[in-house]
Amino acid sequence: MIRLSDIHKYYRSGEQSLHVLKGIDLHIQEGELVSIMGSSGSGKSTLLNILGVLDSYDQGSYALAGHSVTNLRETQAAHLRNKFLGFVFQSFNLLPFKNAAENVALPLYYQGVGRKERNYRAEQYLEMVGLSDRKHFMPNQLSGGQKQRVAIARALVCKPKVILADEPTGALDSRTTQEIMSLFKEVHRLGNTIIIVTHEPDVANQTHRQIYLKDGRVTTADQVHLQHEAVAI
Amino acid sequence: MFDGLQEILYTLRQNKLRTLLTAFGVFWGIFMLILLLGFGRGMQNGVMDDFGSDVLDFIIVWGGDTSVAYRGMGLARHIQLGQADIEAIKNQIPGVRIISGESSTSNGKVTFEGKNSNAGIHGIPDEYFKIKEDVPFNFGRKPNQLDVDEIRKVVVIGTVVAERLFEPGVDPVGQEVGVKDVVMTVTGVFYDKGNRGGNSEQVFMPLSTYRKLYGSGERIDMIWLRPESGVDGFELEKNVLELVKRRHSVAPDDNRGIRSFNMAMPAKRVNGLFTGITVFIWFVGLGTLTAGIVGISNIMIITVKERTREIGIRKALGATPFSIVSTLLLESALVTSVAGYMGLVFGVGLLELIAFGLRSAGAKLPYFMNPEVDFQVAITAILLLIVVGILAGLMPAVRAAKITPIEAMRAE
Repeated sequence: MIRLSDIHKYYRSGEQSLHVLKGIDLHIQEGELVSIMGSSGSGKSTLLNILGVLDSYDQGSYALAGHSVTNLRETQAAHLRNKFLGFVFQSFNLLPFKNAAENVALPLYYQGVGRKERNYRAEQYLEMVGLSDRKHFMPNQLSGGQKQRVAIARALVCKPKVILADEPTGALDSRTTQEIMSLFKEVHRLGNTIIIVTHEPDVANQTHRQIYLKDGRVTTADQVHLQHEAVAI
Repeated sequence: MFDGLQEILYTLRQNKLRTLLTAFGVFWGIFMLILLLGFGRGMQNGVMDDFGSDVLDFIIVWGGDTSVAYRGMGLARHIQLGQADIEAIKNQIPGVRIISGESSTSNGKVTFEGKNSNAGIHGIPDEYFKIKEDVPFNFGRKPNQLDVDEIRKVVVIGTVVAERLFEPGVDPVGQEVGVKDVVMTVTGVFYDKGNRGGNSEQVFMPLSTYRKLYGSGERIDMIWLRPESGVDGFELEKNVLELVKRRHSVAPDDNRGIRSFNMAMPAKRVNGLFTGITVFIWFVGLGTLTAGIVGISNIMIITVKERTREIGIRKALGATPFSIVSTLLLESALVTSVAGYMGLVFGVGLLELIAFGLRSAGAKLPYFMNPEVDFQVAITAILLLIVVGILAGLMPAVRAAKITPIEAMRAE
C-alpha cells in the first residue's frame, strides 16, 4: 500500500540546511495498523506530512497504492489526498462554522458528490462512530472525544486507502483516548489501513507494528507484536 | 454552483459587520460616482438650456464704427450694412446654408385695447425663422414668403408681449394690435426661451412691411447666417467678414467696423468645459471607488490570513487550489457587485428624486436641470465593478492558494 525508499528531506532556512529525514525505507501493507513513534525532533511529523502528500521530499521515491508520488502539482496532490487519504489531527481541525454532519460531508463536496448523497453518507458514518444523535451539533458543542469521532468519520467518508492520524489522542484524557483507540481498532477490523503518529507508548502498543524514528532514521520496526500481546494481557 | 455560493454565504455571515462595512466602501464609491455624474449632467443640461432655442451654429454680422483709419478715411465712421451685402455673400461665398437680413428698432410700443407693451420690432424675410428653427410656435404660424411679397401688415409676437396684451384664454391669432401706431394682424405667437424669456419680448413683421413703414430702404441692421453642414463655421465667418469689410472699405484688422458673433464659439467653449468637468468627475468618482476596492482587497487579505487554518484543512481534505481561488474570487466579486449595484440603484434613485422634486416644485435653478445618468454609464459601472471585484480578490486568493496545509494547521 505504501512504499517509501530512501526518502531524504531537508529544511532550508537561509544559509543553513537541516537534514530532517536521512533515508527512510518503509513498507506498509494493506490492512495494517501501524504506529510511528519518536521523540520530538525525530522527524515523525515530517514523515507523516510526506506520507499524506502534504509536503514534498528531496530525494528517494514514494508509491501510494501503486501511484508514484513524485513532483506532483498542487491539483494532483489534492486529488490524491481526496481519493486515497483520510486525515485525523490532534487538534481535530473541524471547521467551526459547520455542524458535525456538514464537517463529515466536506470531503465529498470536493469530490463533487451531490448534496443529498453527501448528507446520506455523512449520516451513515456519524452513526458508525456513534454520534448519529449529534449530527446537527456545532463543534464547540461537542466534547473532545466527540470532536475526534467526527474527525474520524470525516476521514472515513471518502473510503480512503489509508488513514493518517497525527497524535489523535494528544488532546484527550486517558479514558477518551481508550474510546478513540477502540474506534480505530474497529475501523481497522473493517479492513482499513491506519497509520498513527504518537509519542504515547500506551497508544503505540495497541497497534500491530511500531516504527521508531530517531534523528531522521528508522531505528526499529516490527518485533513488537509480541510485546503488544503481553501488554494487552 | 449553489453549494459554492452557500460556502461563501457561510463565511460572509461569520463576519456580518465586517462584510457590511467593506461593502459600504464600494457602495459609497459607486453612489458618489453616480451622483457626481448625474449632477455634472444636470449642470450641462442647465447650461445647454440657457442657450435657449438657438441652433448652435449661427453667425451674426452687423455694422459698427471704424476704429482704424483706412484708405484716407478717418475713425468712427459708421458702417451701415445693406441688402447688397447679403446678395454679395450669397454670390461669392460658398458654404452658406441660410442667410437672412434683419432690420430692427429696439424699443417700440405695441398696443391692444388700451393695454400696451414695449417690444423690439424686427423686420425679417421668411428665411429668418429657419435660423431660429428650434423656436416653438405655440399659436398660429411663422411668417412666410407671401407676407413678404404682398407687404402684408402682419406680425408674430413673443409670448411675453402676448401675455401683456391679452387676457388669459384669448387667442391672440387674428387679433389686431397696434405696432408703433400701425394696426397689424397677429398671425402667430412664438416662445424663444433664450435670455430667460427676454427673446420672447419681440415682435416680427415681414421685412418688406418694415421697410415701407419705417422707410429703412435697402438698409439691413443685422445679417444672420448658418453654414452648410460640414462647413467650418469659423472659416465661413472669416470669409464673410473679409468680404463685407472690403465692400465697406473697412481695414482688414479693424474689429469694430464690422462686428460679428459666432454661436459656435461659446458652444465650443461650453462643450470643452463639460468635457473637462466630466473627466474630473470620473477622476474623483473612480478615486472614491478605488478607496472602496482597496478596502475589499484589504479585507480579503485579512480574511485569508484569518482563514489560513481553514484553508489548510480544506486542502488536506482534497480542495484543489482552483477551488480555493475561485471561492475567494467569487466572494469578493459577490460583495463588490451586490454593494455596487445597491450604490447604483440608490444613486440613480436619489437623482430621479431630485429631478422629480425640481420638476414638481417647478423650481428653476440657474445652470441646473434634469440630473440624469446614461444607461450606458450605468452598464459600464456595473461591468467595471465585477472586473474590479475579481481583481480585488485576486491577490489574496493567489496567496491563499499558496498556503501549504502543514503550515496552515500549525498556525494556531
